[in-house]
Amino acid sequence: MFHLFRKALNALLFISIVLCQSPLKYAKPKLSDYGFFIGNISNHDINKGVLPYEVSAKLFSDYAIKSRFIVLPKGQKINYKSDGTFDFPIGSTLIKTFYYPSDFREPNNNIRLMETRLLINTIEGWLGFPYVWNNEQTDAFLEIAGDRLETSFINIQGEKESFTYSVPNFNQCKGCHVNQTQMKPIGTKARLLNHDYEYAEGTMNQLKKWSALEMINNLPEISSISHTPNYDDPNDGTLEERARAWIDINCAHCHRLGAPGETSGLFLNIEETNKTRLGVYKPPVAAGRATGNLKYTILPGNPEKSMMIQRMLSKDPGIMMPELGRKLVHKEGIELVSEWIKHMEKE
Amino acid sequence: MRYLNTLLTFILINTLSASDIEKDLQTQFILAEPGDTILIPEGLHNIIGTLSIDGKKDLFIRGFGMDKSILSFSNQTEGAQGISITNSSNITLEDFTVRDSKGDAIKTQYVDGITFRGITAEWTGGPKPSNGAYGLYPVQCTNVLIEFCIAIGASDAGIYVGQSKDIIVRNSKAFHNVAGIEIENSINAEVYENHSYENTGGVLVFDLPDLVQIRGDNIHVFQNLIENNNLNNFAPPGNIVGKVLPGTGVMILAANNVHIYENTIRNNKSVGTGIVSYFITEEPMTDKTYNPYTSDIHVYNNNYDRNVGLPTLNYEIGKLMAIKYGRTTPDIIYDGMQDPDVHSGLCLQNNIQADFTNLDIENNFEKWYSPFISNFSEDKTIYKCLTNHKISTNSY
Repeated sequence: MFHLFRKALNALLFISIVLCQSPLKYAKPKLSDYGFFIGNISNHDINKGVLPYEVSAKLFSDYAIKSRFIVLPKGQKINYKSDGTFDFPIGSTLIKTFYYPSDFREPNNNIRLMETRLLINTIEGWLGFPYVWNNEQTDAFLEIAGDRLETSFINIQGEKESFTYSVPNFNQCKGCHVNQTQMKPIGTKARLLNHDYEYAEGTMNQLKKWSALEMINNLPEISSISHTPNYDDPNDGTLEERARAWIDINCAHCHRLGAPGETSGLFLNIEETNKTRLGVYKPPVAAGRATGNLKYTILPGNPEKSMMIQRMLSKDPGIMMPELGRKLVHKEGIELVSEWIKHMEKE
Repeated sequence: MRYLNTLLTFILINTLSASDIEKDLQTQFILAEPGDTILIPEGLHNIIGTLSIDGKKDLFIRGFGMDKSILSFSNQTEGAQGISITNSSNITLEDFTVRDSKGDAIKTQYVDGITFRGITAEWTGGPKPSNGAYGLYPVQCTNVLIEFCIAIGASDAGIYVGQSKDIIVRNSKAFHNVAGIEIENSINAEVYENHSYENTGGVLVFDLPDLVQIRGDNIHVFQNLIENNNLNNFAPPGNIVGKVLPGTGVMILAANNVHIYENTIRNNKSVGTGIVSYFITEEPMTDKTYNPYTSDIHVYNNNYDRNVGLPTLNYEIGKLMAIKYGRTTPDIIYDGMQDPDVHSGLCLQNNIQADFTNLDIENNFEKWYSPFISNFSEDKTIYKCLTNHKISTNSY
């Protein structure tokens, strides 16, 4: 009852105060207000003009499964870029819903929708808005200050995981999506989209599909576009390529020139070739107790003595990496990056 | 409409339970308009996630006094900092305390115009390696003012300004930190009228490799009281600040154009002022743009004093000093590593009660562990000053 009262109060407050204020004038109070989905919106049956997509390497978000959709303003197109995020027309929206099955061994049953995040390209730049699904799973409501949701599921090994799922606030959205002080999408890069997707009407390369639907300008020959591996798939790239793909998508939104992690001098984007900048024999700069008594970010041949692995393993907010959006440990990711470090040539 | 707003505000205030303070503050931080003042209410507020401010202009965040408005992060479960401020301009933080954050207390990055006034950043469980790294932590900022602040218990530096430009740190206190005040890879800093005491090291001026802002410049540390910095170094191993000798007053590491003057530097048991190159860290160096030498260092008109007693024996250099000098180790220690491309390495003038030694590491390196046969020079006169610093008694 109190919960309902709080929701109602929030909604009222929203109408009276929030709507008048920038930057929330670009957001609607409920997900259903946008009309992205038809019928029972929890099923995510897409309306006309909404297209699902997938990125090859995914940010780990406490094992949440994510559905992604893109909406462009009528008649307008994306400008293709070979490096970095595409240029989107004003009014474009990227939609990402986070959900859990109650048991990962039956991933299609008993789904709980957690949140839907919108990235909207406005005249003031990209803005990120988190919508939290109600208990009835009938709609999701804007929560600019984020939320914390008690959550549990049975993992693929059949063990129960219980934790407090964290919905980022408006600022935290930007904390990851920042690029030279401007907010930018992360996943909509050529190399992350250059693979097949099973559309309702048949399987097709995503970039080809976007081109066929006249959503994108100047798409070059597909064979000339690079591809970042799906790190979960042992057949998609070498060990090093898969480990670098994991590190890129999970770390490089901060650890990159022009992003907050640059103060450390550790640059983890997939393009980086300087070994010191990648962490090899690199002493920490401002890590504090997060060093875990270790000397280097990466000690080749020795993942146990590499700070990178220790910080991926930690759940202590003063030590763990990434700093946000993780309450659980990504076992598969740690295994992959550890293997890479283990096989790294010593100097 | 106005009536409705008042009514709603009334309802909001009256339905805020303790945990709602966090959501309320965070919401205000997100919705703030230029010129707004956000008040941190009186009381001890338990906050479990980082409070963040991004992309704001002309904002005041004000408490009712550092002993009245207290944000406690001892149960923090999310985010590494207590407060994080990014991509903003003209932000003023005043009169509140941030306590026991899991990582840094207040971190500000990419902010032009950041003022900390009457802010306490502290860890209340005493000096411990499990405390957060930095208390007040502006990094990659411009126009930084820190005044009337207190920093206690940081496992790296209490007041730390890194990779920033145009900085004033004054009238502040730092104690029970590894480093009291540290200026790192920064340009145009004035550090004055501070009291830095009972830390491992009182004031540090460092230039480190592999960073975005490469070379610091024009750092003035003057009229500070830097005393009794004899705390054991409790930095978690692996951190560069772990190399600081317990009992250090001022340490200049690989920095350029630094002026230390009119300070009272007393009763720091190992070294009053150390001037050393990056070589002394024995860390690998792959950054080709980095200059590991100190250059253009001026130490003048300081008042030194030291109780007779042994330096720290936990560090090689401490043992070395103890063997060579016993209970009367010199106040100013220079590693003698002159930048071959720079003529004005070190200038020492008019310091009161200052003994000096040059470790002459380059020539003594082979004999590093044989201090009896090492040839240390105590001759100050070889360090010619290109500028003549007038005698001043204007110390702290």
